[in-house]
Parts: sequence; structure tokens; C-alpha cells
Amino acid sequence: MGTGDGIGIQLAFFAFSALAVGSALLAATARKIVHSAFSLLATFFGVAGIYGVLGSDFMAVTQVVVYVGGILVLLVFGVLLTDRIPDEFRVAKPRNYLPAVVASGLTFLGLAWAITGTSWARLPHVLRTPAEAGPTTERIARSLLTDYLLPFEFSSILLLVVLVGAARVARGGTR
Amino acid sequence: MNLSELFGAIPGWGYVPAFVQMMVVGLVPAVLVVLAVVTPVGLLGTYAERRWSAFMQDRLGPNRVGLPIWFDGWQRDYTNKPWYIKLWGLVQPLADGIKLLGKEDFVPPGGDKLLFLAAPLIVFAGALGMFVALPLSYGLTAADLNVGIFYLLAVGAVEVIGVLMAGWASNNKWSLLGSMREVAQVVAYEIPMALTALCPVLLAGSLRMGAIIEHQQTAYDLWGLTIGGEGLAQWGLGWNLFRAFPVNVVAIVIFYTCALANLKRAPFDLPESESELVSGFLTEYSGMRWGLFFLGEYAAMFALSGITATLFLGGWGSGPAYGALMLVPVKEIPLGVATLDWRTVAGVVEFSWKTCALFLLMMNLRWTLPRLRLDQVMSLCFKYFVPFSMACLLLSGLAALAGA
Repeated sequence: MGTGDGIGIQLAFFAFSALAVGSALLAATARKIVHSAFSLLATFFGVAGIYGVLGSDFMAVTQVVVYVGGILVLLVFGVLLTDRIPDEFRVAKPRNYLPAVVASGLTFLGLAWAITGTSWARLPHVLRTPAEAGPTTERIARSLLTDYLLPFEFSSILLLVVLVGAARVARGGTR
Repeated sequence: MNLSELFGAIPGWGYVPAFVQMMVVGLVPAVLVVLAVVTPVGLLGTYAERRWSAFMQDRLGPNRVGLPIWFDGWQRDYTNKPWYIKLWGLVQPLADGIKLLGKEDFVPPGGDKLLFLAAPLIVFAGALGMFVALPLSYGLTAADLNVGIFYLLAVGAVEVIGVLMAGWASNNKWSLLGSMREVAQVVAYEIPMALTALCPVLLAGSLRMGAIIEHQQTAYDLWGLTIGGEGLAQWGLGWNLFRAFPVNVVAIVIFYTCALANLKRAPFDLPESESELVSGFLTEYSGMRWGLFFLGEYAAMFALSGITATLFLGGWGSGPAYGALMLVPVKEIPLGVATLDWRTVAGVVEFSWKTCALFLLMMNLRWTLPRLRLDQVMSLCFKYFVPFSMACLLLSGLAALAGA
């Protein structure tokens, strides 16, 4: 579809970015802590959409599975189950504006410096268009099980340890 | 059947900006799927459930509401008039819908209005999202995604957030308890569900639904015998159910049961168990918002039945009905500007009968089995399903290496 493709992708990119940034702002400024947690739903979907637009379909779905299906549910569950939060903490009052602005501003500047300072043309494995990428699942699987096998196995051992530890903690003093 | 060609036939289409063209062409299949599949499934699902449960319990169920083809003044009883088509009560869902629309859209005082109103939309959107990648027939998949089954399971999990939202926003202890149970149950059952969904994926070597269907149309070796050769695979001998033989039989039982638990239908209906929690997270809902939860539930039931049929029972691409219809010496049916491939017709028939059978089985189970206790639900998942599904995964991996 020629030029239409580029415009459509840019339009989708900006729509998803607006969704992610807008809902992240809402999450940071919402008065009720539950609203903050739920507005993260839109943020995660926005980020997943950006992955999709950039042609990384596997990452997009993983984002939804891990963040929406896992982390967000745990987060909301934690907020709802903690019934001993005093009322003044249920209503989120941002107190540390200055450190927050400084920290996020520094992060932004660092990222911007890294992104603009990198000469992408000299990195051959970085793809420039989504069409170039093609299906990503197989390539991710291949590199996980060949070049990156050791880190992959290490992370699974870490998760196993966490699982056993969580079960031990959850059982408490019964055994 | 190319959509952009179809739209190109509209006069003046060339003057529309390219990205608007793209968006329209992309949105039309989605809207068509919603209108043509989800709405009838939601409406007829409620009707089927009530009729089916009535038959099972020796009652009649809704059998009155039909279509008056002539208006002869307001009368006390229309049903015995010759101008009234009873249609076995098939119009009942429409009457129910009108009733639901007329009800007060009530938000409980002290509840969280925004979240209360948003929750049913998120639940319904989650169910709707599954239809995007559900292969209905040849060329009838809205998007045959490369990460198909992974996407389907991911989108199916979004519903949990909506239920959690509903439970919190209702400002009601029953609602909150109900949604807590829902989360515990769904999060637990997602593990064996994903593990068993991986068995067909391993055999086909792809997450794409289309590839899984194509794989089941081919012949394979089982214990040294060639099965499904000479075109017999498309009669259903190539189903994943029969591949790596005893393994996938266990896998489909686990997958289907987990689907039932994720749909929170009896015997897994603890989130809304009416004898303990009034209606769980649905307690405070009324009118069309309550109806949206149910439309979402029936849409998700249909989608999950379709996914089970596709993963293990050949989807639209193989089975008795498909094999029989492919004997008909017709290649395609001309339809004005486009032609309809005969495989599409055969695929729709094949997909429909399997999905409807699994859909009906869900209803049968609901009206025969008593509700499990919470600890039984959890021990069934973690003590039985998780180890068995891991064994299934391992064995199908070995079978895939052996060339099943």
C-alpha cells in the first residue's frame, strides 16, 4: 500500500503512545490508589500496542500475559486484600514531587541521550522496519535455546527457587 | 475474496486517504465478526442454556415468545392465533434484551461509579478479543496471528481484571469475595491450561492457529503405523487427539476442564455461588450491564469451545463433515463480485458442529455436576492438573521428536 502503510503505522504508534502516556499520568495523579492500579491496565495495553506496531508480535502478547494477567492482578489483589491501610493512605497524596521529577527527568534525559547518541546504522542486527522483522517467535526461541541458553537456564532456576521459597513461606509454621 | 479489492470497486474509493482506507479495511472484518458471530452466540446461548436445562429437568423452558406476522389489536393471548409464529420460543432472547434495556442502570451508593460502569465493558471486550484470532473456516479468520494461541490465552485472561473491578466497585462484601475467588481460581487454572495448549503447539511446531489446523490435515506415524494416509487425514484421523495417542486425550480433558474453570461455570462457579454469595460479583449489577457480563460469558464459552476444537479436534480443516463435503465436486461458488471457496462452506459446517457439541457439553456439565469446594478446586488444579499437564507436555515433546 506504499505510503499509506507508513502513515497508518505512525498513526497507530501515536495513538498507542498517547494511551500509554495518558494512562500513566492518570496512574501517577489519581486520588484513589485503586484507580491508579486499574489505569495501569490501559498503560500496559498501550505499551503492548507499541510492540505490535513495531512488528514484535511475541513481545506484545508477552506484555499482556505478564503484566495484565500477572502483575496487574497481583497488584490489585494486594491493594484489595490489605485491609489495614489507614484511610489517609488509601487516598494517594503525592508528597515527594521534587525527587520524583528529578529522578524521572534524569532517566528521560539518559534514555534520550542513549537513543540519539547510538549510531544505529552500524548495528546490523537492529531492524529498521517492522516488515523486515517477520515472524519473531521462532527467532526468539532459537536464540534462547542456543546463544542465550545459560542465562535462560539460570533464570528458570531462579524462578524455581522463588517458587519453593514462596511455598515455604506460605505454609508458615505448620511444618 | 480480497477485502481491499472489494472496497476498490466502490466509486470514489481512490480519493479516500490511504490510512483511512487501511483502517476501514482492517475494521470491517472485526465488525462483521462481532455482528455475525458474537451477537447470535450471546443471544442464542442464553436461549439454548434455558431450553437445554429445561429438557434435562423435565420442564418446558421458554417456548412462547415468537413472531406476530400481523397485528390484530391488543389481545390477552397471542400464542394460539394463526398469525402468530411460535418458533419454539426462539425470540425470547430479544424480549429479554428489551427488558434489560428498560431496567434502571443502578450504581450502588458508596460504590466506585467509574469502575462500576467500566467493568462489564472490560469483561465483554476480553471475550470479544478472542474472536479476532479464532479460525472459523478457510479464509474466515479475522487475523491468523503468528502468535495465535498465545494471543488467545492472553486476551482471555483480561476478563479477570474486569471481574476484579466489578467486585471492588460494587462496595459489597459478597461482590468482593466473589471476585477474589474468581482471581484465585482463574490464575491457578491458567497454568495447566497453557501447558496443555502447548501439546498441539509442539506437535505442529507453530503457535499460529492456521498452522495447527494444517498440521492436522496431514498423515503421521503412530507406533510404526502410518495413519491418515491417502486423504484419510481430512476425515479426522489426523486430529491431535489421536496423535501421540494416549497423551493428547489426557491433554484435551485437562484443557477443557480448565476452560470451564476459567469461564467460572458450574462445577467451578464459586465466584458467583448463589447459595453462599448471593450472586458474587454480579450482586449489584442490573439491566444491560448485567446482560453484558452474560453476553461476554457466552461469547467466551463459544470461543473456548472453538479453541478446544481447533487445538485437538482438527478445527475447520478435518473431520467427518469436512471429509464428506469435500467429496462434492464443487470448487467454488460465484457470488457477484467475489467467489466463495467450497472449503469455506465445508469448514464452517465442520467447525460449527464440533464447537456446538463442546458448547452443549459445557451446559450438560453445568446442570449435572454439583459445585466444588474451594479447597477441592485448588487441589484439583495443583495436585492433579499441573503434574499431569507437565507430563503431557514432556511426552508430546518426545512424540514430536519421533515425528507424530
